[in-house]
Amino acid sequence: MPHESSPPSGNGSWTPRIVAFFCNWCTYTAADLAGVSRMKYAPSTRTIRLMCSGRLDPQFIVEAFAKGADGVLIGGCHPNDCHYAEGNYKCLRRFRLLRRVLAELGLEEQRLRLEWISAAEGDKVKTVINEMTAQIKALGPLGLPRRFEDWDREVTRLEQTVTQSRPPFEKEVVHA
Amino acid sequence: MPKPKIAFYWCASCGGCEETVVDLAEDILGVVEKVDIVLWPVAMDFKYQDVEALPDKSIFATLLNGAIRSSEQEHMAHLLRRKSRYLIAYGSCACTGGIPGLANQFERDQILKFYYEEAPSVVNDARTRPQLVFEENGRRTQLPELHHVVRSLDQVEQVDYYIPGCPPTPKITQAAVAALLDGRLPPKGTVLAAQDVALCEECPRRDSKPTDVVFTEFRRTHQKLLDPQLCFLAQGVVCMGPATRQGCGAQCPGGNMPCTGCFGGTDRVKSQGAKMISSLCSSLTAKEDEEIDRVLDGIPDPLGTFYRYTLPRTLFRRKIDLPAGHGTTDPGTTTE
Repeated sequence: MPHESSPPSGNGSWTPRIVAFFCNWCTYTAADLAGVSRMKYAPSTRTIRLMCSGRLDPQFIVEAFAKGADGVLIGGCHPNDCHYAEGNYKCLRRFRLLRRVLAELGLEEQRLRLEWISAAEGDKVKTVINEMTAQIKALGPLGLPRRFEDWDREVTRLEQTVTQSRPPFEKEVVHA
Repeated sequence: MPKPKIAFYWCASCGGCEETVVDLAEDILGVVEKVDIVLWPVAMDFKYQDVEALPDKSIFATLLNGAIRSSEQEHMAHLLRRKSRYLIAYGSCACTGGIPGLANQFERDQILKFYYEEAPSVVNDARTRPQLVFEENGRRTQLPELHHVVRSLDQVEQVDYYIPGCPPTPKITQAAVAALLDGRLPPKGTVLAAQDVALCEECPRRDSKPTDVVFTEFRRTHQKLLDPQLCFLAQGVVCMGPATRQGCGAQCPGGNMPCTGCFGGTDRVKSQGAKMISSLCSSLTAKEDEEIDRVLDGIPDPLGTFYRYTLPRTLFRRKIDLPAGHGTTDPGTTTE
């Protein structure tokens, strides 16, 4: 995955980059159905197929954001429909706890979304992706890699300062 | 043959790591027999110039504890790197940011404002704050600048080895120093003297850990009389053991307190907190949104619980709301 979300261009044509984690049995199949049915939706998602939404390690979500995703969409089977019986419930609980942590770190709620989409709901894939794309478009890029670079300027800056002036603590201390 | 030179230095830390060195007790004599301590601000009188005057790479190893939070600490990290053959991140703060790293939840000005103006014990009607530069009679005095972001040591300087812990135990400190002196050196970047497996492996309560941990609710340590033998997870208490590297000898569970995760995750883990979230949530019984939220309310500070020692080293590093351009303020002028 490229490390930067694309910067907004002057004509407002910036499209968010959404990493979509879809389960093999329901949502991925639904996305397939949307494709076969020639539905049109925003080209903003990069889909990663998992066998089950219960396989979605919260680390994946955090890492996707840290590497430049503007949003993360999770798709799984409806409650009671999980191919592995309970995987989607695990996903739901992890999602709800991780969301609390990410909110404390200042992440807007709309950037992380969980949807239950069955294999028959191709149109829901379309609706959800379009809706999420519009919401994130309104929020603007997250651009964490760029932010990290910006934050680190305060440490790269020091070397220049030190070569320019004597470091503050080099001063002789005279004890009375 | 001259004895190898060792330096201890502290940055943003509480002094607990220094305490561990003192906790070596009479064993410290054995260490002192084998090495020359050339810098140890907490216990011995050395000046910055003494270090500056040393030839490059002449210190055998520097054990640096504390996070990097100010321009002075950053400068010392660079200096000690230059003077040392091995730079060792000593303790949770140097390894992963530690407790001071929790300041990454706030903006710098918020912290300074509270500290100098709003804290209940502060009387400062004039709202005076330390200035970075002060001139008097032609004398120019400077103070170190507080960074916007608290960093682990390896985020500002190349680190050879890590000794984690809040604080590291005397035992792993001794083992690590012995390994260094004997030249039994693992590949660079290794966490010294702590095995790369989860704490549960060495926990005395391990046998009481149920095969299937089941949570119906979370209780905090003060809300429950804790069983001194039973696995904390089986008691509905968050214990970071499953997501934390072993090596401490499970001292907290031994003292009837759950693990808070100070050794950080194992090498395979990128985000200790995310792993713990994953583990805990898979064992919850709740299935409906409201029920899940009610149970999760039992963890009132999830960020501080799961990332207590690792926030600066996690993939987000700090609260992301820092306005752009905060890295570029000029240190030669006063800010705020």
